[in-house]
Amino acid sequence: MKVRAQFALVFNLDKCIGCHTCSVTCKNTWTNRRGTEYIWFNNVETKPGIGYPKNWEHQDHWRGGWVRKNGKLQLKQGGRLWELMTIFANPHLPEILDYYEPFSFNYSHLVDSALVETAPVARPVSLVSGRTLDKIEWSANWEDQLGGTYKTRSVDYNLRDVPDSELLGEFEKTFFFYLPRMCNHCLNPACVAACPSGAIYKREEDGIVLIDQDRCRGWRMCISACPYKKVYFNWESGKSEKCIACYPRVESGLPTICSDTCVGRIRYNGIMLYDADRIAEYANTENLEDLYEAQLKIFLDPHDPEVIAQARLDGIPDSWIDAAQRSPIYKMAVDWKIALPLHPEFRTLPMVWYVPPLSPMGREIHPKRIPQSAEEVLPRLESLRIPIDYLASLFTAGKHEPVIAALTKLIAMRAYQRSLHVDKRANLEVLAGADLDAATAHEMYRYLALAHYQDRF
Amino acid sequence: MSHLLDRLKFLVRDQETFADGHGVKLRDDRQWEDAYRHRWRYDKVVRTTHGVNCTGGCSWNVHVKNGLVVFEMQAHDYPETRPDLPNHEPRGCQRGASFSWYLYSPHRIKYPMVRGRLLELYRAEKALGKDPVEAWRAIQEDPRKRSSYVAVRGLGGFVRSSWDEVNEIIAAANVYTILQYGPDRIAGFSVIPAMSMISFASGARYLSLIGGVPLSFYDWYCDLPPSSPQVWGEQTDVPESADWFNSSYIIVAGTNIPATRTPDAHFYSEVRYKGTKVVAMAPDYAEYVKFADEWLPVRAGTDAAFFLAMGHVVLQEFYIQKEVPYFMDYARRFTDLPMQVMLRALPDGRYASDRFLRASDFADQLGQYSNPDWKTVIFDELSHTYRCPKGSIGFRWDEAEGNWNLLQEDASSHTSIVAELSALGKPNIELVTVVFPHYGKRGEDTPTLMERTVCVRRLQTKGGESLVCSVFDLLLAQYGVLRPGVEVMEEDERVADYTDPDHCFTPGWQESITGISQDVCVRIAREFAQNAAATQGRSMVIVGAGTNHWYHNDMNYRAIINLVHLCGCVGQSGGGWAHYVGQEALRPQAGWLPLAFASDWYPHARQAAGTSYWYLHTDQWRYERVHPEQLLQPAAKASYRGHTLADYNVVAERMGWLPAAPHFDRNPLEIMADLEREGHSTNAEATEAVVTALQSGELRFASEDIDHPNNWPRNLFVWRNNLIGTNAKGHEYFLKHLLGAENAVLGQDDAGSASQEIRWRERAPIGKLDLMVDINFRLNSTGAYSDIILPTATWYEKNDLNTTDMHPFVHPLGAAVDPGWESRSDWQIFRHIAQQFSQLAQKHLGTRKDLLALALLHDSPDELGQAIGIDDWKKKGTRPVPGRNCPRLEIVTRDYTQVYHQYCSIGPRLKDSGNGAKGEHWEAGQEIEELLHINGAFPDHGKAEPPRPSLSADIHACDMVLHLSPETNGEVAYKAWRSLEKKTGLELTQLAANRRDEKFHFHDLQVQPRKVISSPTWSGLMSEEVSYNAGYINVHNAVPYRTLTGRGQFYLDHEWFLDFGEGLCTYRPPLPTLAVHGLPERFDTTNGLVLRFLTPHDKWGIHSTYHDDLRMLHLSRGGPHIWISERDAESLGIADNDWLEGINENGAFMARAVVSQRIPEGVAIMYHQQENTINVPGSPSTGKRGGINNSATRVIVKPTHMVGGYAQLAWTLNYYGPVGSQRDSEILIRKVSDAQIHWLEAPLSARDEANLRQAVEDSQ
Repeated sequence: MKVRAQFALVFNLDKCIGCHTCSVTCKNTWTNRRGTEYIWFNNVETKPGIGYPKNWEHQDHWRGGWVRKNGKLQLKQGGRLWELMTIFANPHLPEILDYYEPFSFNYSHLVDSALVETAPVARPVSLVSGRTLDKIEWSANWEDQLGGTYKTRSVDYNLRDVPDSELLGEFEKTFFFYLPRMCNHCLNPACVAACPSGAIYKREEDGIVLIDQDRCRGWRMCISACPYKKVYFNWESGKSEKCIACYPRVESGLPTICSDTCVGRIRYNGIMLYDADRIAEYANTENLEDLYEAQLKIFLDPHDPEVIAQARLDGIPDSWIDAAQRSPIYKMAVDWKIALPLHPEFRTLPMVWYVPPLSPMGREIHPKRIPQSAEEVLPRLESLRIPIDYLASLFTAGKHEPVIAALTKLIAMRAYQRSLHVDKRANLEVLAGADLDAATAHEMYRYLALAHYQDRF
Repeated sequence: MSHLLDRLKFLVRDQETFADGHGVKLRDDRQWEDAYRHRWRYDKVVRTTHGVNCTGGCSWNVHVKNGLVVFEMQAHDYPETRPDLPNHEPRGCQRGASFSWYLYSPHRIKYPMVRGRLLELYRAEKALGKDPVEAWRAIQEDPRKRSSYVAVRGLGGFVRSSWDEVNEIIAAANVYTILQYGPDRIAGFSVIPAMSMISFASGARYLSLIGGVPLSFYDWYCDLPPSSPQVWGEQTDVPESADWFNSSYIIVAGTNIPATRTPDAHFYSEVRYKGTKVVAMAPDYAEYVKFADEWLPVRAGTDAAFFLAMGHVVLQEFYIQKEVPYFMDYARRFTDLPMQVMLRALPDGRYASDRFLRASDFADQLGQYSNPDWKTVIFDELSHTYRCPKGSIGFRWDEAEGNWNLLQEDASSHTSIVAELSALGKPNIELVTVVFPHYGKRGEDTPTLMERTVCVRRLQTKGGESLVCSVFDLLLAQYGVLRPGVEVMEEDERVADYTDPDHCFTPGWQESITGISQDVCVRIAREFAQNAAATQGRSMVIVGAGTNHWYHNDMNYRAIINLVHLCGCVGQSGGGWAHYVGQEALRPQAGWLPLAFASDWYPHARQAAGTSYWYLHTDQWRYERVHPEQLLQPAAKASYRGHTLADYNVVAERMGWLPAAPHFDRNPLEIMADLEREGHSTNAEATEAVVTALQSGELRFASEDIDHPNNWPRNLFVWRNNLIGTNAKGHEYFLKHLLGAENAVLGQDDAGSASQEIRWRERAPIGKLDLMVDINFRLNSTGAYSDIILPTATWYEKNDLNTTDMHPFVHPLGAAVDPGWESRSDWQIFRHIAQQFSQLAQKHLGTRKDLLALALLHDSPDELGQAIGIDDWKKKGTRPVPGRNCPRLEIVTRDYTQVYHQYCSIGPRLKDSGNGAKGEHWEAGQEIEELLHINGAFPDHGKAEPPRPSLSADIHACDMVLHLSPETNGEVAYKAWRSLEKKTGLELTQLAANRRDEKFHFHDLQVQPRKVISSPTWSGLMSEEVSYNAGYINVHNAVPYRTLTGRGQFYLDHEWFLDFGEGLCTYRPPLPTLAVHGLPERFDTTNGLVLRFLTPHDKWGIHSTYHDDLRMLHLSRGGPHIWISERDAESLGIADNDWLEGINENGAFMARAVVSQRIPEGVAIMYHQQENTINVPGSPSTGKRGGINNSATRVIVKPTHMVGGYAQLAWTLNYYGPVGSQRDSEILIRKVSDAQIHWLEAPLSARDEANLRQAVEDSQ
């Protein structure tokens, strides 16, 4: 056992309001400069949709992440030999139009214009080429709130196995939710493995993955290797850059900027202890559907005396062990199992986890399942508008049970709370049905509903 | 190891691996990491917020490095809420987070700018040796000179000037206008004081001191819900967002909480975990639907039908089938349901409901000898007689105080009473047929009457025998509720079951209108009411612009308010009606009012109703094709039949219901000068002479000849808003008539000739304004069309105050850095204009008498205007009575040379006459004395006797507001509650007693925002026990609502309300405006689709602000866009991102398509105020730059909003008055191929210019 500490996050998608404050405050601080105009360390996507960069989830196309070959883990884009062969012409790199051509406008014309035939206008200008753009064709968030026809959005990777998915484009069947994304600071990062310069490293003390800006040579193998497409190329500096998990803040005991400024209060920061000796073993789990549970197994119980002893031997300070014991991430991911990893099938062991969205509920898909009596005013799982297959594709490599279990707990917590506040009696049966006890339900409520600053971070 | 060595040893790294190479242990130097650490560093952090109309009021930490703002992040240090509630942190949103971009944006206004043409003219006149006023006169009185700058407004050509020069021009224009036309021809438009109240006060104070006209805005925006003053006598009063967390059943209808209440949305998402059910009613799959347990995809604009049907179910099941004691008790005590109403016999033997029964209708006046016309009556279950309960509006203004309360007592004997709700089953009742207007009949455009059976009593009144019934019995009949004992009168009026699609207001009926299944309606109604019954009213309906911007907004809202009243939710934590549009809650109002309207110097100030003002002065009335005949109900008395909508406005002005701006067809200073010359030396004599002149017609209201050049607005200040790019509903009419600029008005202006009250002038004025001044930090549409743009400090560069209805804190704006380039704070801008004005006044104005004609204001004794019937002096030929059926006439003596001194110091009136708000009044001498110590004296050199507290700096003004307001000074709160105690006879000072010692100062707020102190200015409490919710002290402390009956009103008995069929709430469908049919014939309308045009608030802007911010443009579509459904797009061959043109008689705009499945067919959604300054090409239909969404809108005014001098129906700035509704309109949408796109960037040609100038000159 080799105990390591990892800075980790959970995003509660059920509460995400899609405001993008996280993206803006991050960008203002970190990528507000030339060469990074199109770069969003943190972005928010509307699902279903193809995302940013376009279709990033389709690894058959981008060949990011890891695959299992002859029982061994290997980068999907190829091994060292392949890398050497393609180092001057990486075939899997996204181009600028896969993100979007960043633009500004000739604003000063509005102030400076001489008398003209009709009201002066500021026209769009490319921030890459400097030329006037006839039309802006894509942006960092083109699909916001289901912008674009269903035909274009339904290329979404997660719809591939959803039954009758063609019907989901009907007005009546509409659903959407937001997916905020940042670097996953993976336990088994493909970007680190792919870097020919050895410029990318995972910090030993907190697991934050960084690209050494002095060492980076701009080969961009990390960009293609990252299945989440969260490494970007700064065309001004000629180097790759990525989310730094706000280490200058985290080192000072502050949450990341995106978490600190999250208006929906969906973001949680915390420490996880894991057994670094078993990365390869768990990442190499044969069956894709078992990868979620495999990753759960790598986490160590911070209250276990054996773990604590080893952690000390491995140089983890007591304050970090203490933080791991109070970690909201541990509670949500391990204790309650309401948070799930994003695309565990990429085998990078990502460390930003998600509480799946409970809403929107709907009357259209299964109208008969809506409760008929007013004593039962809250909808049940069956009336969820989002197909379970869709969520399972995102979080569990297709396995239904963990998604259903997580959602069931959330629903049970709601029903229990309603019984307390409206019926003035505790409905313990509904908790039992979701494998919850009252104490846990209260604790979940505290973290999810009240979500005080000191509990989020 | 050093970094250099690391690099040299690239191929032999000092590292060890584990986990089969998947883990690496490095010993490299990591000094490079300091690069990002440096980026994070900063020099200081300052607390401020964004003064933008978003209701946020969020606490932001602005980070400054090397004297520049580098980034902003939200603060987390609000005072904590109660332990069982989530905290407020971190309030903010993506828009606010990107504000710092504006400070250094390329379209920041850096220097005073003037349109070059005007500056040349002015300098040329000055070079001839003219004094500034004479120079301005020379330009204005030469049509060629005037047109040379007026006609090119909006087309560019600005040059840099200096502060001294622009202040001189502005002051000269003001002086000239006062001399030539009168001070009431100078207006100012600033909005939403709560967002930066000192900045608002700056211009309002200057205008009030010179006699200019600050315009209302909240009504003009249509954010004011007229239903709120109608029902509660309150402008808008709503729960703070934290109170959502106290609710256990929430329906959201027409307000996109995540997008527009972004900082508050977490309470909405989090309360679901408490087991609260959330139902979202929305025509499209809006963002708030994402959080709902059920989505009700209602047909746009028909929400009222659903809520009326819910009311039907609630009445049927919770009032008739089982009588829920909580509901019945609530209805008796806090609503007008037990109040008695007289019936009016129709010629055909049927009846219509008429006015409330009053104490004055009884021979003995029920013991009430003071204001008996203003005291309503109930039937008492204990004594079986009619009694006059306490609390109606008459008691508010009785000399004998102490009976204005909601205790269940008879006002004369002080004995207990129990108000009867229904007379059914009681002795001596009769069943009669009452007709109710019906506008929702399927397949019929015109209103009809429906017959219902009502149980009544026969009563001998002073005026003869009358039939009388309770509002409750009327309501049950109108809602079509089945009642044992009333079911059969005539066969065809048999009350139907829930499923009947032809019977109002059944669930079946609503299904035919809203498209929502009746089963769902019944289920939701039961859930809502059962939840309220189980929790004592914790059911809530959250509403907003989506429901309020319709022409019949008050019907949409009253349908909801009826429901929450019937379920006993109003005034209860977690319950009631929650309307969020516009940041209306200026918490420290009492201290702010004298600052803003200079009542520390003058007892009266001019103010005007924004909607009336713009409707008339932008000549939208000339195009009005909606006629009141379409709107009147069949059984109306309709004493103004034949009047146009604008005519109703003129009638309302002459009766003092609405303010008139300008007042009269003459300069008010000249009127006074003439009267003095004629020997009317006292004010009383002068007033009498004015009344005589009005009666004889020698003096007329300006609106009677609104297009006469003497009655045009001449100078306009716009600050803290974007009038032209945001608020100009009927954008193209503003450009054409007000500004004289290039425009795209497409319809005909002949409809106004039908007017009965306004003189028709064939040739419409083009370019009424001599001068428009914009005060701004960025170049937006208003600046583009202004003559002068003054650079103002941004929200990170000034000190100010901010409050909101969404949270209970008073919050500062703080200067993180100095104002950029040559910008100044608004307070300093107007201070310097005042200084220049005072100097010019020495030669040109001196001291003058000014005649003011004021509307009959709410919360003053004037609200007891005309109790019974309409007493129109002009129609009847009687002598007008100012303050009763004619504006209150007041004379003010202004020393124009002292304007600067007055602006900069607190005047004597507060110390001498006290202060107050909302009808309460208290002594303020102690606070003024303390302010002299806090602020110091002005002037701080030389002598002023007696010394006056200074207002020379922004922080002085902040401290004046804080020190004089009950919400921010505990001692003042105590005095305010004492005042209300006297009036009500109730014990109330305990509500804020625990905070009596607290006094907030500006610097305290900079350390931490503070939670305000409970005050009688507000109907909710700021306590540690409950979250703020409106109506709380009414329901828990028996303080009356400020309405006619003192209760929440289901019934409005004013004659105009009855004429227009809105005595009781009813369903009224969206107005058929036929805006596309009004297009001239040359427009081919066959190659497009006519869609309903919805313009809700956007996610990427707060109105127009942030829509031009580069961050927001990257996160949206990089310029104006419009959403349409997949099916409509397919039928027109439109692909996502194609250019579209939207066009109707009002104008045309260009935007790119967002094609989406979440939009229903038949609807186009253009999130509002995406200006045409960014990425908008020419419109093929007009040949000009494509317009903005308001290019396709025009306001339509509603006569019932003009009613005044009638208890809660009384005009007050932003409280009641016509609202600028623009929603009920359609547009023609068509595709414009990329090949047809032209950017129109050529220089202005001589021919185009000549045409533009000719139009302006011709109309002079």
